[in-house]
Amino acid sequence: MSAHGHADVADGHDVGSTKLFVWVWVWLLLLTALEVFLAYERLEVHLMITILVGLSLIKSALIMSYFMHLRFERLGLVLLLIPAMVFCICVMLVVFFPDSIRLMNLRPPQ
Amino acid sequence: MSDTELEGIVESPWSGGASPFAVNSKKLGMWLFIVSDSLTFSALLISYAYVRLETPDWPRPFEIWPAIAKSSFMTLVLLSSSLTMVFGVSAAHKGEVKKAVRYLLATMAFGLAFVLIHATEWYTLIVEEHVTPWSNPWGTPLFGGTFFGLTGLHMLHVTIGVAYLGVIAWGYNKGKWTADHVEVSGLYWHFVDLVWMFIFPMVYLLSVNPK
Repeated sequence: MSAHGHADVADGHDVGSTKLFVWVWVWLLLLTALEVFLAYERLEVHLMITILVGLSLIKSALIMSYFMHLRFERLGLVLLLIPAMVFCICVMLVVFFPDSIRLMNLRPPQ
Repeated sequence: MSDTELEGIVESPWSGGASPFAVNSKKLGMWLFIVSDSLTFSALLISYAYVRLETPDWPRPFEIWPAIAKSSFMTLVLLSSSLTMVFGVSAAHKGEVKKAVRYLLATMAFGLAFVLIHATEWYTLIVEEHVTPWSNPWGTPLFGGTFFGLTGLHMLHVTIGVAYLGVIAWGYNKGKWTADHVEVSGLYWHFVDLVWMFIFPMVYLLSVNPK
């Protein structure tokens, strides 16, 4: 094995083909184009942010599973990383939004 | 990781008897960093979403040209840099050093282009439209604070990423480092790309001028 060598093929690691990665890239671009199109559709802002974050979650899932290889890793690694991260973000959402809206209602009327 | 290295780990008393995630420690470390960094960005984006939704006079200054055209193009640049990074990592794993280094340099060029275009946009906002983190001509001062905070932290990540890839490309070319180092730097780069996938719609597309 050379200094640079890495016996990926011997590991039985399926790392995805060039064609697959180009397709993922095309999908990411299409979803971005959809987001830009929606930005001009004059939707109500709560609906708009929900749609945009939803599309962004799909895009980040594509990036994590293919570009960041998570789809080709052992399931244990995915279970170590993703549920904990999602849980922490949900805790932030659950704690942050109701509390900040409550604080806003405590403002003296202007 | 070479087979002899792996055997060393399995035999060590600290190994737990196996390699449960079947990744090397560098990669696991980078993943843990990415999870913690993603929480930093989540906190910023969630607090931004709150002030954006609850502020009635939120300005919508972004015209198609220059802001939306430029930021859409920046998204294309960053996504393309991720693609060249993927090709660089797979070339590195095949042991094609020259090809991998060329892809790494292409990724750095895309990253640098991103930072430069972003800088021209900041310049327009600051110098021509007089937006600062604490004031702007259109509405709530929160606009400047959140805009520069979010895009600034992201731009810092891109800049660090370009430097990081430069160091890795140099060391890999010299034979100092292995394909694993390239792969781990790729994880960081894709994460920077991923964060932009949230900042672009939330910061730019929620403040477009709908005219």
